[in-house]
Amino acid sequence: MIRVSNLTVAYGAVKALTDVSFEAPTGAITAVLGANGAGKTTLLRTLSGLKAPLAGSITRDDVELVGMRTENIARLGIAHVPEGRGVIGEFTVEENLRLGALNAKVSAKDSLATQYERFPILGERRRQHADQLSGGERQILSMARALIAQPTSLLLDEPSLGLAPLITAQIMATIKELCASDGLTVILVEQNASSALRIADRAIVLNVGHVVAYDSAAVVAADEKLRQYYLGMAV
Amino acid sequence: MDAFLTSRVISDLLGGMTNGMIYGLVALSLVLVWRSTGILNFAQGAMPMFAVYVGMVALGHYFGYWVCVGIALFAGFVIGAGTERILVRPLYGKPEINPIVVMVGFLTVLEAVAAAIWSSVPRGLPSPFSPIDYRLGGLPLAVSPFSLYEIITSLAVMAAVAMLFRYTNLGLQLRASALAPEVSRLLGVRVNRMLTLGWTLSTGVGTITAILVSSNFFTGLTPQVMDGIFAFGFIAAAVGGLDSPVGSIVAGVVMGIILQFVGDYVNSNAIILAAVAILIVSLMARPNGVFSPVRTRRV
Repeated sequence: MIRVSNLTVAYGAVKALTDVSFEAPTGAITAVLGANGAGKTTLLRTLSGLKAPLAGSITRDDVELVGMRTENIARLGIAHVPEGRGVIGEFTVEENLRLGALNAKVSAKDSLATQYERFPILGERRRQHADQLSGGERQILSMARALIAQPTSLLLDEPSLGLAPLITAQIMATIKELCASDGLTVILVEQNASSALRIADRAIVLNVGHVVAYDSAAVVAADEKLRQYYLGMAV
Repeated sequence: MDAFLTSRVISDLLGGMTNGMIYGLVALSLVLVWRSTGILNFAQGAMPMFAVYVGMVALGHYFGYWVCVGIALFAGFVIGAGTERILVRPLYGKPEINPIVVMVGFLTVLEAVAAAIWSSVPRGLPSPFSPIDYRLGGLPLAVSPFSLYEIITSLAVMAAVAMLFRYTNLGLQLRASALAPEVSRLLGVRVNRMLTLGWTLSTGVGTITAILVSSNFFTGLTPQVMDGIFAFGFIAAAVGGLDSPVGSIVAGVVMGIILQFVGDYVNSNAIILAAVAILIVSLMARPNGVFSPVRTRRV
């Protein structure tokens, strides 16, 4: 379980998150929703140690993560798939995956084989440079690269950004499936609230750095005010 | 073509290639630092020079050439790692001029300190390889056991660096840290350690170059021994492309050959002019370097 308590983060004098608290249970998907500038990406960057908070605490199974270096947080099994995919374009598909597999508990060969089986398109493109892939393929590659080290927690930043609805649906289905099969703790940041709420167990809604709702996904999805004012969804 | 002319052309080619390998190695060491940390290291010649002086202390204690080489190499690694940790790390993210000023200053300090401790009188680092040229049909061939030692060592270093980057997990992490430090951190790569390692490796390559230069019977070791070679290596890196290890090596070798012919057929004073001319022409034609991919910008 990932527990965030009273987290406050600022860029200079501007507060990006104010007193944010929530829990992301093990084996469940917690969706983080909100408009542009709500603080969703800042939240994930703080969780993975890329941004230091002003105050507050983040624990994963009672281990404090605040103050830890990003690479050590990653080595604890917390995988962050950043916004804009984060694949290394100059690397081949296989090199991107090998980089992810460095901290895998099984051999690189076995973990590569598992990912190629799970995502056959990556096996077909293994020798291609990542910058030659389509947006959807890059998203799949960055997910596979995060999963190859067999993480216990997955932080996903806008996995559906710029993707066609069909690919978005496929990616969401994969996330749901992995959560169920591997018992992953997933924190899913999304602007596309409807597709995130469809697969999430819990949801937290942010507005200008404040938590305006934190409940089960079904309750958030049914709340007309939230849908209208914060999630940009038709009532 | 008569025998004399043939021998002269072959000699120029081989001699130029030997020099070119040295320029290529200096260029490679510059590219390694540039690619990993985005810094143009103007002390790239002086740091290895200092390491070789440290190694030469062993010679004074009756140790042989190879012990001296080993100590110099170790000193090179320590100087490279120490420079990155102490001098360079505080400069990341600062304006581009800052590291240039610091590294030019460091170059001056290293040369002054070396001169103060060991004087500026050239010191011989006698290698076990003879500098006397082989002969072909009674004519000298500009290739000696020593120049073969230079060529083989250079090729071995280049191959080792290429294999490290291409086939090992360490090389993968070094490249990833240079290309995408944030993403690398998110994947558990210890990026700071990789940056230190990049400098260590680069100074190691530089130290091997400085050992070869200082072992040359006609050069010896002085505090300024690497200055001219650094200039040619720098031009080779700029011509080949600071992003391209292969390009910088090829540019170094081609430049070595061209300059050898210029020195032989025109005038030895024209060598530096020719080098600058190569730099200007190539930068006008391909500003990113001959071997760097041309980046198109969408407007």
